[in-house]
Amino acid sequence: MVIAIGFEGSANKLGVGIIRDQHILSNVRHTYVTPPGEGFLPRETAQHHRKYVLEVLQEALDDAKISLKDVDVICYTKGPGMGAPLTVTALVARTVAQLYNKPIVAVNHCIGHIEMGRLIAGTENPTVLYVSGGNTQIIAYSQQRYRIFGETIDIAVGNCLDRFARLLKLSNNPSPGYNIEQGEKLVLLPYVVKGMDVSFSGILSHMEEHLSKWLDTKAFTIEDLCFSLQETVFAMLIEVTERAMAHVGSNEVLIVGGVGCNERLQQMMNIMCEERNATLYATDERFCIDNGVMIAVAGLLQYKSKGGTPWTQTTCVQRYRTDDVYVSWRK
Amino acid sequence: MKDSELIVQGAEARLYKGIYLERTCLMKERFVKNYRHPELDARLTKDRIRAEARAIIRAKSAGIATPALYLVDLERRRIYMEYIENSTVLKNFIDENISGKMDVVHLLDFIGRGLGTVIAKLHSMHIIHGDLTTSNILLKNNSIESLCNNQSGAEAQFVMIDFGLARMDSTLEDKAVDLYVLERSLLNAHCEVPELFSRVFHYYQQHYQNKKQCEEILAKYKQVQARGRKRLMVG
Repeated sequence: MVIAIGFEGSANKLGVGIIRDQHILSNVRHTYVTPPGEGFLPRETAQHHRKYVLEVLQEALDDAKISLKDVDVICYTKGPGMGAPLTVTALVARTVAQLYNKPIVAVNHCIGHIEMGRLIAGTENPTVLYVSGGNTQIIAYSQQRYRIFGETIDIAVGNCLDRFARLLKLSNNPSPGYNIEQGEKLVLLPYVVKGMDVSFSGILSHMEEHLSKWLDTKAFTIEDLCFSLQETVFAMLIEVTERAMAHVGSNEVLIVGGVGCNERLQQMMNIMCEERNATLYATDERFCIDNGVMIAVAGLLQYKSKGGTPWTQTTCVQRYRTDDVYVSWRK
Repeated sequence: MKDSELIVQGAEARLYKGIYLERTCLMKERFVKNYRHPELDARLTKDRIRAEARAIIRAKSAGIATPALYLVDLERRRIYMEYIENSTVLKNFIDENISGKMDVVHLLDFIGRGLGTVIAKLHSMHIIHGDLTTSNILLKNNSIESLCNNQSGAEAQFVMIDFGLARMDSTLEDKAVDLYVLERSLLNAHCEVPELFSRVFHYYQQHYQNKKQCEEILAKYKQVQARGRKRLMVG
């Protein structure tokens, strides 16, 4: 039996999770919520993490009913993410590893999402749609790497939804995109799909440009605009996922990342899957949204296959692609 | 269409093979995607059927091998076209004959030359395919025997299909993105043959008509590539 602890703090969520082999012992998270109309910035986010990290760590240990002495391996997010928040969690992880003389493992955030999704949903080799505030990728495994078949060529889908929500000054709690309401009239928006890649920035500028006109003339309500945005961007995501599935001949899909807990997205994906006899695997907000457990899960796999990360390499980086990681733990 | 049978369900459409006016015919039906909002679905389907039909005609007149168009039925969301006999999807051909095999340099060169030439021709005519992958290119079966002795006709052996995302556009950006989409799909689907794209690219540059524009595409392509690879990723 191996106990692993994972520290995650690449964006505005601070999370610590503990697992014993494949069993989750605890999963604690604290989110930095900004006022309506504002996004989170690196410095303030790092301050938030510094303020809460010990509290969150203690709560995770209490929930798991263990102490740090019982932990066998420390895992933390190496990247990608915002620099300042990343260094806070890396610093804590490194300190704990030194204090208790434990091996440490540096984990790619995206790989964390994928491995956690595979574990929780119980799927062996799915096509993965990874959608969050900072990432939009369609991933499939081949030859020791998670290969990115499609991705956004500009901003991430969650970023697009959040920025639109901020334009309307919707509340950021729990997340701006979450508060996008449902209307019924569809506005025609740009629909940009290039092969398996997507682009969202054009949609956002189109909406920014026409927003006041649409609302002033009462042609559309705010709800209609939210509805149209969601219908359009999700349709793009499902389309490219389906294209990737047809291309690699896969019949399983896994949705991970914060936007992945959106029920309309899951519903649309499910319809697509039914139409081509495929199976959808999805998780709920406990696991979709950034958390510590996902880092522990991916870190433990890495640790079991090739041991800890050498001390001098336990740094963090803002840019770290999913396909940079050599996946030694899969066939 | 008589005696139609479903042969495959792609991402976009279902493909049926049958007899139309006494010819073997392929019918491509872009069935209703229930996950999409009905208005959005209707608009996209119509746009794509139109784009596909236009691009096939344009490409054919540019001397590129594509299936001949028989009938477009927007009401029923169908395109009827020539069924290409004795051909293999390029992806399957590469998987079976090249991946993990020795002595495949001549085959790789053949594919690189064929693809590079065809894409250069398309782009020279300002046709952007929009979804260049090895799943969207057919290779005629008889080409394999004749490939060694007839290098010049390589491109005639490659049949371009699936023009649903195609556009007529002359911007450098679009051409560069088209190439980038191809590069990524080659790298991902055929990671055992990483040198494939560089060969395609080599012949592309050789066969692109307007050399000055080709250089501009090259520069743009490097920009697009940098955008994708070094993107800041926060999650």
